[in-house]
Amino acid sequence: MRKFELLDGVVVPLDRANVDTDAIIPKQFLKSIKRSGFGPNAFDEWRYLDHGEPGMDNGKRPLNKDFVLNQPRYQGAQILLARENFGCGSSREHAPWALEDYGFRVIIAPSFADIFFNNCFKNGLLPIKLAADKVDVLFKAVEANVGYKLKVDLEKQTITTPDGSAYPFEVDAFRKHCLLNGLDDIGLTLQHVEDIKAFEAKHRAAQPWLFA
Amino acid sequence: MTAKTLYDKLWDSHVVRQEADGTALIYIDRQLVHEVTSPQAFEGLKLAKRKPWRTASMVAVPDHNVPTINRAAGIADPISRTQVETLDANCAEFGIVEFKMGDIRQGIVHVIGPEQGATLPGMTVVCGDSHTSTHGAFAALAHGIGTSEVEHVMATQCLVAKKSKAMLVKVDGKLGHGVTAKDIALAVIGKIGTAGGTGYAIEFAGSAIQGLSMEGRMTLCNMAIEAGARAGMVACDDTTINYVKGRPFAPKDSDWDKAVAYWKTLHSDAGAKFDATIELDAAQIRPQVTWGTSPEMVTSIDGRVPNPASAPDAVKRGDWERALQYMGLKADTPINEIKVDKVFIGSCTNARIEDMREAAAVAKGKKVAANVKLAMVVPGSGLVKAQAEQEGLDKIFVAAGFEWRDPGCSMCLAMNDDRLEPGERCASTSNRNFEGRQGQGGRTHLVSPAMAAAAAIAGHFVDVSR
Repeated sequence: MRKFELLDGVVVPLDRANVDTDAIIPKQFLKSIKRSGFGPNAFDEWRYLDHGEPGMDNGKRPLNKDFVLNQPRYQGAQILLARENFGCGSSREHAPWALEDYGFRVIIAPSFADIFFNNCFKNGLLPIKLAADKVDVLFKAVEANVGYKLKVDLEKQTITTPDGSAYPFEVDAFRKHCLLNGLDDIGLTLQHVEDIKAFEAKHRAAQPWLFA
Repeated sequence: MTAKTLYDKLWDSHVVRQEADGTALIYIDRQLVHEVTSPQAFEGLKLAKRKPWRTASMVAVPDHNVPTINRAAGIADPISRTQVETLDANCAEFGIVEFKMGDIRQGIVHVIGPEQGATLPGMTVVCGDSHTSTHGAFAALAHGIGTSEVEHVMATQCLVAKKSKAMLVKVDGKLGHGVTAKDIALAVIGKIGTAGGTGYAIEFAGSAIQGLSMEGRMTLCNMAIEAGARAGMVACDDTTINYVKGRPFAPKDSDWDKAVAYWKTLHSDAGAKFDATIELDAAQIRPQVTWGTSPEMVTSIDGRVPNPASAPDAVKRGDWERALQYMGLKADTPINEIKVDKVFIGSCTNARIEDMREAAAVAKGKKVAANVKLAMVVPGSGLVKAQAEQEGLDKIFVAAGFEWRDPGCSMCLAMNDDRLEPGERCASTSNRNFEGRQGQGGRTHLVSPAMAAAAAIAGHFVDVSR
């Protein structure tokens, strides 16, 4: 997994609540057996005017110029600013894969759906929960200033605005450690093989039918 | 001893180890696998030269991509076909039990797990699918996971997790005629919102829940995720135990008695503390119909499409306006005047035998309305299909003008050929009315099987409770 430490990136505002993972990456792209290449189809139904299917040359498709990701001022954005309950719905990890592949490293929202939130950390993406009033302030600032950037420091757990205001954020100690060091969960868990085996033996003795 | 919730009991009995910050390793008893969210996990496992920890804990089935018609011809779409063949190959390579497309036991993963007895009380159950919450109906701790976690569970039999908060949703009283578990689920979501359960595991309890069949409890727990809760659950009782008994993966002989003795402890203790409690009166719940593009955009059949002018805040007003525009609906339209183009009865929410019976009871002796282009019934598994046919339900549906299909996820998410065309409006027994969910530009209204069948007959939404 890619490490995340510091980011100074352009912010793009996606001003709607309950953005679901079907919207982030529509189902037809879930037929892939790979984990890369989903970026060009992130937000496909909002981003293009035609119907997207796997295998299309996305560079030749008509863009929806009204969709925020297509506006020239937000090109190269690495920080997605969103509203409540971002990433709700399906557990598809294709959603963080698509966002990461598009170029995002940070998503800021007042709240996230649990499974999506969890999936982000497995893919070098940092989801940050920030109070709704603070998110509101950021929405206004992004819309008012072309090229608006934020500095995100995971070690210090702060977001810093261009005028120097700092917003602290919470992050789980374990997830922070993994993200800062680019650590893969499986390798870490396998350090506890003996604990797992001991638990399994006890569990098997208590509920043998689970192992029949 | 302090009183424990059902969730506490399930959690505590699966903790392998726990760090100071609460991050825990949780042992997983059952992993269900389908073709969409597993190929990258198998690939990761192979690249790291790892083997599954315990293949016997896994049961696999293709469901999202499978056709529901002309199955003998195979899967026409080459990309879908590759995905299903990849599952077949991975299961063969690692020796994982799989119910393939031609097997009568094939069906939607959340239908076949319980049907086979592969979901048992007291288990931890995971699957790379958010509707894994369904299995909580068996007093199991069950929730959806991402593909990285699918690989993690394959490799280690464990999940890295932190304990959620506990919410009690208590529904007491008697449901009215024609009101079902689906209506309870939608009423709960209407009350707490699609993020109301975020961060919680929900236990559904109360006399109305105890009165539900296992099929009804599965419908309810299935939709816990639409309220934002990864896990939903119901205490184990005789209804649970009677359902499980005799199923292929269920314990046998002396194990059975031992298991039942343990399962009977799987309920919240008197006085157990919940972090939040929601109460509903079953008698007040009316048949529900969603009007927008989120399951919380729901009202009763007696209601009207809301007016954005009366939205509680600016963000909601924007959401409602966008939803009405997408849905092609005018504010203040009575729900029972909304006409439908298609009807879909199926999905992991409502494709079990009881759902088939409820829909057939409404359709019996009637005809699908002329304005309805397609009304389809997609049973949740080959065994549900066979049972329904034994009861003659297929003949009732076909005589009424419904199509009787083969089992799969079908038009719940339209990964196969079953889908809405842009602008088409559907009465659907599925779980998500998101934009484009049933096909780009498609308009979904979530309802119970009886309400969907009634809409097919009338050509518009009608009140099945009268």
